[in-house]
Amino acid sequence: MLPLVLESVTFEVAGRRIIDRVDATFTHGTRTVILGPNGAGKSVLLRLCHGLLIPSEGAVRWGRGDDSIARQAMVFQRPVLLRRSALRNLTHALALRRVPRRERLARARAALDTVGLASVAERSARVLSGGEQQRLALARARAVEPAVLFLDEPTANLDPAASREVESVIQDIHEAGTKIIMTTHNLGQARRLGDEVLFLARGRLVERAGIDDFFRHPSSSEAVAFIRGELPWH
Amino acid sequence: MQEFGRSGAVALGLVTGLDSDLLAIVALSLQVSLSAVAMAALIGLPLGAAAAVGRFPGRRPLIVLLNAFMGLPPVVVGLVIYLLLSRAGPLGHLGILFTPAAMILAQTVLIVPIIAALSRQVIEDAWVEYGEQLRSLGSGPARSGFTLLWDTRFSLLTVILAGLGRASAEVGAVMIVGGNIDGVTRVMTTTIALETSKGDLPLALALGIVLITLVFALNASAYLIKEAVQRRHG
Repeated sequence: MLPLVLESVTFEVAGRRIIDRVDATFTHGTRTVILGPNGAGKSVLLRLCHGLLIPSEGAVRWGRGDDSIARQAMVFQRPVLLRRSALRNLTHALALRRVPRRERLARARAALDTVGLASVAERSARVLSGGEQQRLALARARAVEPAVLFLDEPTANLDPAASREVESVIQDIHEAGTKIIMTTHNLGQARRLGDEVLFLARGRLVERAGIDDFFRHPSSSEAVAFIRGELPWH
Repeated sequence: MQEFGRSGAVALGLVTGLDSDLLAIVALSLQVSLSAVAMAALIGLPLGAAAAVGRFPGRRPLIVLLNAFMGLPPVVVGLVIYLLLSRAGPLGHLGILFTPAAMILAQTVLIVPIIAALSRQVIEDAWVEYGEQLRSLGSGPARSGFTLLWDTRFSLLTVILAGLGRASAEVGAVMIVGGNIDGVTRVMTTTIALETSKGDLPLALALGIVLITLVFALNASAYLIKEAVQRRHG
C-alpha cells in the first residue's frame, strides 16, 4: 500500500492553521522520525496520515489506492487498553480485522510473547505497569500485521528502562517488515530508531534529511536551534 | 412520639416474625421493580450508547429529551399508561390494566430515560478516552458502542441501581395502573400510602423499614462489588 503521499496537506481548527501545506512521500523500509518542538503539529500530522483527522485542504494518498485503515496501526502516547485481560485486548483487535476466530488466540499469544508479556496474558490490562501497558499496545499493533505503524511519542510517559524495552520492540517490528513512522522529542531516541528525519516547525515541514545529516548539518535555523536545545518560539 | 414507639414495636414484630402479608407485598414489589429495571436496562443501555457514540440526525434533541425525562412525574406516567391500557385505549385489548404487568410497564417507562441519560454520560466520557484508539483499530460506531458498554460495566452498575432506586421508591405510577388491589397489585409504596391514610401505622412503618433496608442493602452491596472488581480489573 506504500508509498504514502501527502499532497499540500493543510489542517485548520477554528481558523488556526495547525498543519501548513505539507508535501511528503513515505516509502517502504526506512524508519521515519518526525521531530519538532511542542506545538509544531507532529501528532496532528500523524493523525492526518492515519486517517483519524481529515485534511482541510490537500490530500493523503496511499499507493494503489489502498487507504484502508485495516493495513495500518497506531500506538498512542498514552495507551488506551480495554478493561479486560491482556490477551483479550489482542483478540479484540484481531476480531476487528476479521481474523478468523480459530486463529485469534494463537496469534494473540504469539504477539504477547514477542513483547515479553506472555506471563501476564490473563491479567487485566488496566492494572499492568505503564511500560507493560505500552508494550501491550505495541503487541496489539503488531498482532494485526500492519504495513505501516504510526507511533505518537510512544515513550514520553515511561522511565528509561521501560523506554528501552519499547524501543527494542519497535526495532523488532521494523525488522519484521513494517514501515515505522513515529514522533518523538527525544533526540537520543531519534538517533537510535530513525533512518530519516522530518523536521516540523509551526506546522510546516522545514527540513527532511537522513538521520546523520540532520544532526551533523541541519540546514534550517529552526533545526539548528532545536538541536541545540534552544526553542526560540517559547 | 408514643404512637411512633408503639407502631415501631409492632412493625419490628411484623418484620422479624416474617408476617405473610408483609412478605407477599415485599415479594411483589421486588418482582415488579426488578422486572422493570431489567427491561429498562435492555432498552436504556443501548439507547444511551447510541446517543453517546452515534452520529445521526436528531441525536441532540434525543439527549435533551432523555435528560428532561429523567424527572418525569410518576403520576403522569401512570396516567398516560392508564389511558393507553384502559379498555377504550389503543392497548386496551391486552387486558393488563390493574395487573403487575401494567405496573412493570409503567415503571419501565419511568426509568428508561434515567438509565439512558446516565449511561449516555458515562459512555460519552469513555468515548473521549477511547475514541481515537477504537477508530484506529477499525471499530465502527455500533461495535464501539457495545465495546464501551462492556468496558464501563462497573459504572453502569451504579446507573442501573439509580433506576432501581427510582422504581422501588415511586408510588404514583403503580398506584394508578395497578389499582392497589389487595393481594394482587399491592406493593410496598402503595400499601404505605393506603395504610397511613387508614391509620394502620404499624404495617406502614414495617414496610417503610423494609423498603429503606432493601434500598440500603442493594446500594451497599453494589458499592462493595464495584470496589472489589475495580481493584482487580483497574
